[in-house]
Amino acid sequence: MGKVIAKEVSIAIAEAVAQCKVDVISAYPITPQTHIVEHLAELVNNGELDAEYMPVESEHAAMSACIGASATGARTFTSTASQGLLLMYENLFIASAFRLPIVMVIANRSISAPISIWNDHSDVMTIRDSGWIQTFAENGQEAVDLIYHAYRVAEKALLPVALNIDGFTLSHVIEPVELLDQELVDKYIPPLRMKYKLDPKKPITMGAIGIPEIYTEAKKAQDEALKASYRIIVNAWKEFEKLTGRKYQPIESYKMEDAEVALIIMGSLAGTAMDAVDLLREKGKKVGLIKIRLWRPFPLRDFLKAIGKVRAIGVVDRAVSHGSTGGPVGIEVRSALYQSNKRPKVVNFIAGLSGRDVTVEDFVELFERTYDAISKKPRFSYEIYGVKE
Amino acid sequence: MPKDQGLVSWKKLAPGMFILEPGNSAKFKTGDWRTYRPVLDKEKCIKCGICYALCPDLCYKKDEEGYYIVDLYYCKGCGICAKHCPKSAITMVLEED
Repeated sequence: MGKVIAKEVSIAIAEAVAQCKVDVISAYPITPQTHIVEHLAELVNNGELDAEYMPVESEHAAMSACIGASATGARTFTSTASQGLLLMYENLFIASAFRLPIVMVIANRSISAPISIWNDHSDVMTIRDSGWIQTFAENGQEAVDLIYHAYRVAEKALLPVALNIDGFTLSHVIEPVELLDQELVDKYIPPLRMKYKLDPKKPITMGAIGIPEIYTEAKKAQDEALKASYRIIVNAWKEFEKLTGRKYQPIESYKMEDAEVALIIMGSLAGTAMDAVDLLREKGKKVGLIKIRLWRPFPLRDFLKAIGKVRAIGVVDRAVSHGSTGGPVGIEVRSALYQSNKRPKVVNFIAGLSGRDVTVEDFVELFERTYDAISKKPRFSYEIYGVKE
Repeated sequence: MPKDQGLVSWKKLAPGMFILEPGNSAKFKTGDWRTYRPVLDKEKCIKCGICYALCPDLCYKKDEEGYYIVDLYYCKGCGICAKHCPKSAITMVLEED
């Protein structure tokens, strides 16, 4: 196994990407993603990574370059956040519809206005329906492991993967991280061989018009491909466990066995939430935590299994879905529950917008409010938690 | 399902709806929403080829006698050929149904 070394998570991610032997990196710098691509640029410049680094004029161009490169069969990487992701927007849908195995790290950051460089999930939630596989890392080690996983999955499923890491809370912290031995990486991620690619010797057409007689079929095929990627994603984690001993699941549970109340969270806040679970468990409260690691395709069965027999669920969203019936995760959870006979009470909190701290005490409070939902009908379909009145 | 209308099962599409056979747009029928169809009067035609040169859909092909003949599989009935024919040898005729 590799050595555990203290590293800034962004640097560790860049090194993991380099270990995956990418051919083309195209990115535009934006806080808090910059260190990742900056370090990759250094590795290329120093001759440590044999790849084409394409500095471009915008994120729109960065994603376009990745699409072009990936279409020729190159292994590609980009990274962005916030406004940068929004500037890529139209191309993201093309990348997934073209079934291109692009890997992107989103260092999650709020969206303007008001302008903010701090962390929440409002950027990634805008691409919820884009057809990308979307995973969330909780800490530095997970971020690195999910990079390897992303390439393995993208290239088997022929779909792009967006790996989400919380901006600053993850991207800029120094953590003990183990990078895999190169030998293991090579075993886990074999060279990319794309059956269909742009090749002058064997011309094909990408991006033909989808007239009304065929557009529906094209979308159905794409949707089925994303659903089918679930197996590939889970198997790639099983394979990873065999190689490293580190286990990953689409839905991670913490102390859920006998839980009567659970919170649902994504990303790095899970660590704080687990502390709150421990604190309440000491007081005899049967609480648990559900972490959604795989957001797209949404692991419906795993989710329904994970909630067990809870009486109330508190969904902690990190983004506002203006004018909706909840936060993006809250809406998803309520919809998922309708697929089963389970009917726990669901309360939906929106917390931690633009890097506002959500402390252990806050999570204790959120657990208590979720408890209240068992006996009292919630007054709101969602609530922006901690807002100053 | 007729192939020239692009109707296929989603299971039969290549990933990304890629088209694996180059130049297959020739199979696609573009002449199915025509209102008027060009009809050539060979008595008046001088075989100048202006219709062939100006047709935006490249529908005209020269036959063995040297006449330029429209391919109604592609012709959208725009009427440019009739408009520019120096001998008014092409007439636009209303499609019956």
